[in-house]
Amino acid sequence: MKNSSFDISKGVDWSLVLVYVILVVTGIASIFATTYRDENIVNGFLSLTTDYSRQTLYFLISAVLAVFILLTDSKFYTATANIFYVFGIILLILVFPFHTDVKGTKSIIRFSSFQLQPAELCKIFVNLALAKYLSSTDIALSKLKTMFIAASLVLIPAILTIMQSETGLALVYFSFFLVIYREGLPSAFLSIGFSLAVLVVLTLLIDQDILAVGLTLLAGFVVFFFKRQISRRKSLIFVVFAIWAFSVGVQRFAVPYFFNHVLKPYQVQRIYSTVGKDFQVDTKTISEEDLKKIEEKKKAGNYNVKQSKIAIGSGGFFGKGLLKGTQTRYDFVPEQRTDFIFCTIGEGFGFMGSLLLLGLYLFMIFRVIRIAERQRSSFSRCYAYGVASVLFFHVFINIGMTIGIVPVIGIPLPFMSYGGTAQITFTVLLFILIRLDADRQMILR
Amino acid sequence: MPAINQSRQNVIRLIIGISFLILIIRLLFLQLASSKYDLLAIDNAVSKKVIFPERGIVFDRKGKSILENTQTYDLMILPTQLMGLDTQGVCAILKIELPEFKDRLLSAIIKNGRYRPSIFEASLSTETFVQLQENIYRFEPGFFLQERPIRSYPYKAAAHVLGYVGEVDSSILKRTNFFYQIGDYMGLSGLERFYEPILMGQRGVRYQVKDNKNRIVGPYEQGRFDSIAIAGRNLRTYMDIDLQVLAERLLKNKLGAIVAIEPKTGGILALASGPTYDPNQLTGNQRRNNFSWLLRDTSRPLFNRAIKGQYPPGSTIKPIQALVALDEGVITPNFGLNCRGAYLGCRRPISCEEKFAGHAANLRLALTHSCNSYFSHIYRLTIDNPNERTTVNGYLRWKRYMNSFGLGVKLGVDLPSEDRGYIPDTSFYNRIYNKSWSSCTNVFLGIGQGEMQATPLQMANLMSIIANKGYYYIPHFVKSIDDPRESDTILNRYKIKHNVTNIPDTFYNIVQMAMQEVVESGTARGARIEGIAMSGKTGTAENYGIIYGKREKLANHSWFVCFAPRENPKIAVAVVVENAGFGATWAGPMASLMVEKYLKDTLSQARWKEVERIESKEIILPIVKAKRRALDSLRLQRLRNKQLRKQAFVPLSPFDEKNHERIILAFHLNALKPDHEEQFI
Repeated sequence: MKNSSFDISKGVDWSLVLVYVILVVTGIASIFATTYRDENIVNGFLSLTTDYSRQTLYFLISAVLAVFILLTDSKFYTATANIFYVFGIILLILVFPFHTDVKGTKSIIRFSSFQLQPAELCKIFVNLALAKYLSSTDIALSKLKTMFIAASLVLIPAILTIMQSETGLALVYFSFFLVIYREGLPSAFLSIGFSLAVLVVLTLLIDQDILAVGLTLLAGFVVFFFKRQISRRKSLIFVVFAIWAFSVGVQRFAVPYFFNHVLKPYQVQRIYSTVGKDFQVDTKTISEEDLKKIEEKKKAGNYNVKQSKIAIGSGGFFGKGLLKGTQTRYDFVPEQRTDFIFCTIGEGFGFMGSLLLLGLYLFMIFRVIRIAERQRSSFSRCYAYGVASVLFFHVFINIGMTIGIVPVIGIPLPFMSYGGTAQITFTVLLFILIRLDADRQMILR
Repeated sequence: MPAINQSRQNVIRLIIGISFLILIIRLLFLQLASSKYDLLAIDNAVSKKVIFPERGIVFDRKGKSILENTQTYDLMILPTQLMGLDTQGVCAILKIELPEFKDRLLSAIIKNGRYRPSIFEASLSTETFVQLQENIYRFEPGFFLQERPIRSYPYKAAAHVLGYVGEVDSSILKRTNFFYQIGDYMGLSGLERFYEPILMGQRGVRYQVKDNKNRIVGPYEQGRFDSIAIAGRNLRTYMDIDLQVLAERLLKNKLGAIVAIEPKTGGILALASGPTYDPNQLTGNQRRNNFSWLLRDTSRPLFNRAIKGQYPPGSTIKPIQALVALDEGVITPNFGLNCRGAYLGCRRPISCEEKFAGHAANLRLALTHSCNSYFSHIYRLTIDNPNERTTVNGYLRWKRYMNSFGLGVKLGVDLPSEDRGYIPDTSFYNRIYNKSWSSCTNVFLGIGQGEMQATPLQMANLMSIIANKGYYYIPHFVKSIDDPRESDTILNRYKIKHNVTNIPDTFYNIVQMAMQEVVESGTARGARIEGIAMSGKTGTAENYGIIYGKREKLANHSWFVCFAPRENPKIAVAVVVENAGFGATWAGPMASLMVEKYLKDTLSQARWKEVERIESKEIILPIVKAKRRALDSLRLQRLRNKQLRKQAFVPLSPFDEKNHERIILAFHLNALKPDHEEQFI
């Protein structure tokens, strides 16, 4: 097939491209709806000073990149995956000396008027490297060593990102857990992970002591109902006891420790406000400055979510129509064009519009999974699962936070949120997949 | 290996599917299940602005406007736009100092925030307005001028009648079920209050979209829900503003009241209460200050004595006592009494002003000379009327007469908070005298003393009744409302003719003639007017006051009631001057001037001299003046303190100028700080 009759469109999954274009155009329209202020539209688009014109420009740049990706050879990605990964890590490290402080984040390098956020970009490289590693023939995910290497590939950039005060972007890396799971991580991890998540949420919702008593009772019930099995195998009682001890340890010591010492107080407050509670600050251990900050964040965080809920809630069934949203048009929701872009859809097009948008995303993600499963090469499959996981994580967390079921974590809505780096990152991520899929008959190594 | 984990794709699909389902369910609740967010969104983004129409104008009987609207200007401040403005220039024009400027800026920010304009100085004086208007381009957009209509009273008269408007308070808000909003103005007293629904017109509402900083961005839904304001309607009154001004001049330096009524219609020609005040004091920017001083003045200038002052009517009650006695048949017009200066029928003698024999030989003479003995006697005859069998029945019958004459009941004038006066009930005497009382117990009622109390308006109305020979219309100011509507029922009750009792005209004729005699040759000779047949009656009412905790007898109130011309009455007047002695001394001449002014439409040179003489005479109890002086010295002390503070202020040095800029800058740095700085996890 090499260069003989090269056709760029051959094997391309057009449905993905179509959904991609719809989402990007919807994004530009939403940014237009929130930032348009009765200026001349043509000028507005040509001037490159308005947000919607800049977003259009990013789209054009992305489109050019997409064409380039489709023109490359699939083998290029398997060959260069590790090099790219190293390049990404270097870029992340370079941020530390060369960053510009923008709104409290240390993750941005600025070139004149354009900004680059390596933490965002790095997702592609991690995905490539992970796919490369997981597709190698000599590994087995049941081995501890393999697990460790796979986890490290993901965690190194995650830690670097956290160090740049971009915890939200770092959390995205945890979505690669799904890829590793698909490739054979023992199922126990999923159960344990899920149970742990439930335990942490319960810790937030229920008073410490009551939860401890509840867990003890639960352990007691288990022993009571399974006493026959236990009398047969005495070691089971130790298992139950160990699980009980671990759970109580997590809810009584690990979670409070994590909240008080690892996370910043305002982040804890964010998490608490999602379940509608106030974080009880230990005033002795916390500095006055932090206390002030937490108060500010409490107010601002609640304000954001409240306003965003009002905007979306007031949309009703059919919404108020484009450019007619009273909430999104007049800056009631902070960060509207970036992280809270979904409010525009929610207010302007109501429940139907939101449902349609969610449908588009769900279609895209399921389509990507379907594509993943039809790959002959496990590299392509791993990569596709990576794309699906990252998209899913972004969409769920982003929309979840605008409607108040997920703590406010500043990550963009794929293809729609304002921002050049994010736009380009997601485009590249998607089009590499489309490129790989076009060559799905090939076995890539 | 892929084959081994093939089933896991479905687990992943399930996880993703469930997550999306959670999002959709949450959206369902947020967007469809609750309308809470709709309301919150409207609350957030739509401001309802009430547009006030111009209030209606009040005209007098000759079509002169006595209450109208004028424009004043407020200087508005927009704190966010102050950067780099010549704020010192503004201070110089307003003649305020830097600390004052800071105070006002701060209170403006506290009240309305930085992004919305607030009033910096309300109702600018003409001089300041002109200076500011010339220079306003230098101060824009941080400062701008805004028009505001206020009420104005071109004759500076009839303060008690016209009333004033003021901002609504929380009790009014509750009472009107939040028809008004905070910051609204409404009539708070007088005609402004009584005719509020007519004068206020119909409010318009404008819905505007605002942004997150509460700035107005534009109309909501292209003004689809807006309604325009409809101007208030005008009132045409019976008042004669010249007569009103004269009445107020006559009451200058005195406490008391003058009421003049047109008997045929019940229309009030003039209603004055002394002391009065310039109603323009209660508009404009000094309103609060002036109001508090008026409120604290010991002579109570805000108190409308014409409808709320309750005085014993004294001898002015005698004409109707005569009518009642005649109607009851207990006397004939020829009935006479041999009075020698005192009534001795009861335990304590009641003294009489006249002593010569035959001054009470018949009803006419007794009324002309205002014989106390005669009227004490006929009062007792009325109460002890054998037809009624008991004293209680006789008294109740007499009380019914009084009430039908409009005494002891509210007349229903078109002013708020009228008082009813007082005619005691039998239960009052039963309680005090343990049920054993006779006509001697309250014999003083016969000469208008004792427990009886009446308002000047009631006395004027009484004159209308006698002038009309037995009927009256409820005294009222408003003749008609411009652009009448079906729904205007407010004036209906003033069109009803009230017949008092069926006292025959002959009795009225007798009383009218006797009252003319009073003016021609009796106690009120000083009130006689050349060429006008006037019927009148003087009154000298004894009264008591509590001074420093002790009940003391005070100087008599001077009363005069009259109507003229007797044949074809056009005006009925009641005058009371507190603590001014004989009725003939002050009240008589004042009433006569009122009548002459109204009937002849002018006064002669000599009569104007008389007006000046009365005007310049001060009749105020020493105690009132002493208390007022104490209050005034307090006020003076405050003024002096203010002056001292002003002098202590050193003009701005160059250093201070910089400081001045810096303070403004500091406000700005605060202002420019974003309200919701974002930082995500």
